[in-house]
Amino acid sequence: MSALVAEGLGKRYGRRWALQNCSLSIQAGAVVGLVGANGAGKSTLLHLAVGLLQPNTGRIDVLGRRPGIDADALTTVGFVAQDAPVYDSLTVADHLQLGRRTNAIWDRQLAQDRVERLGLDRRQRAGRLSGGQRSQLALTLAMAKRPELLVLDEPVASLDPLARRGFLADVVEMVAERGSTVVLSSHLIADVERICDHLIVMVEGQVAVAGPVEQLLASHKVLTGARRDVRSMPKDQLVVQERHTDRQTTVLVQADGPVLDPGWIVSEVGLEDLVLAYMTAGNAPARALRAVAS
Amino acid sequence: MGRCVIEFRIESSSGAPPYRQIVHQVRQALTLGVLVQGDQLPTVKEVVGQVTINPNTVLKAYRELEMEGLAEGRPGVGTFITRSLVGSSLAAHHKLQVDLRRWLHKARSAGLDDASIQALFESTFRSASNEEIA
Repeated sequence: MSALVAEGLGKRYGRRWALQNCSLSIQAGAVVGLVGANGAGKSTLLHLAVGLLQPNTGRIDVLGRRPGIDADALTTVGFVAQDAPVYDSLTVADHLQLGRRTNAIWDRQLAQDRVERLGLDRRQRAGRLSGGQRSQLALTLAMAKRPELLVLDEPVASLDPLARRGFLADVVEMVAERGSTVVLSSHLIADVERICDHLIVMVEGQVAVAGPVEQLLASHKVLTGARRDVRSMPKDQLVVQERHTDRQTTVLVQADGPVLDPGWIVSEVGLEDLVLAYMTAGNAPARALRAVAS
Repeated sequence: MGRCVIEFRIESSSGAPPYRQIVHQVRQALTLGVLVQGDQLPTVKEVVGQVTINPNTVLKAYRELEMEGLAEGRPGVGTFITRSLVGSSLAAHHKLQVDLRRWLHKARSAGLDDASIQALFESTFRSASNEEIA
């Protein structure tokens, strides 16, 4: 079953397309890492998913409903926007009460337990909490909805390493306990590698590559050999990135089958190098590559 | 989490996939006698909370241990160790360690630094295992 399906999704701000030709399918229970440079369209995609924006082209279905159109589409979707917005002048207790009143489903016990475990003072105004505490409060509000889909837009960007680890640990515990689907954008590939089983790389408003992390790592290889023209590569080996010195050629290819050419030294690629290769290459490979999202 | 018999560590920079690191650490604990038959491995939720990794990674590691015949999943209860690996070999560990220390001392007196010692060990280990296969 799919938690999120996008077909030909596009969003334009004035003349500029922030997102184009985006077709994706995210299966329920997946933990998806959304990566890409600033301005690549990550936040736009996430805002479309939670109904804060409406698309100019195509459509997006979330848990079988259309966000922003179907009235109850967001009952089971939790969202933490960038910089964890909370109401500065409201106390922690006020936030919990607000959550209880504005949500159809509200797990009061979960919210109270979390606030207690995190050591948040219920009488404290949110504006006086630290960055880590604010994020945790925002996550508490999103989690108490018992979401089937949790959408997190760069949730840990402003957190110190300890707070970051704590935040992510709570997210994966929720996944382990309830099998929720999570989509989170991040610049920290190491975090993505630890907690995500699916990856989407966005480049200049398009999906450059997407799929299960394991499958992506297995189907990409680094080839090193004597300098040569990569236009002569076999058809089933798609060049994502090429680098040349006077004598040597290094290419990162997407190839499902084995590389048999004895002229290449074949090595595996790490997730960070894979992501960087797509980000550096721009959108050329995307046009040739069928997104392998499943 | 007091009843957890072991805790895993996941090194992001080690290059080995996290599930393989878990399998390796369980095997290591078995050979050292830290884990014995009947022990319950930490639940998926416990591991996930401890080391912040994807739950499927833990499931995959446990499945692999099941396939190797080292563990068994009991639905609704948890995953249990079905075999102890520690036997006659543990008794020999001590003497081998003494020998190894003596060898290390010799290597250092001969002027080898840590990197050279590791390189020498690895190349000898590899050629010795190749000979055994051949």
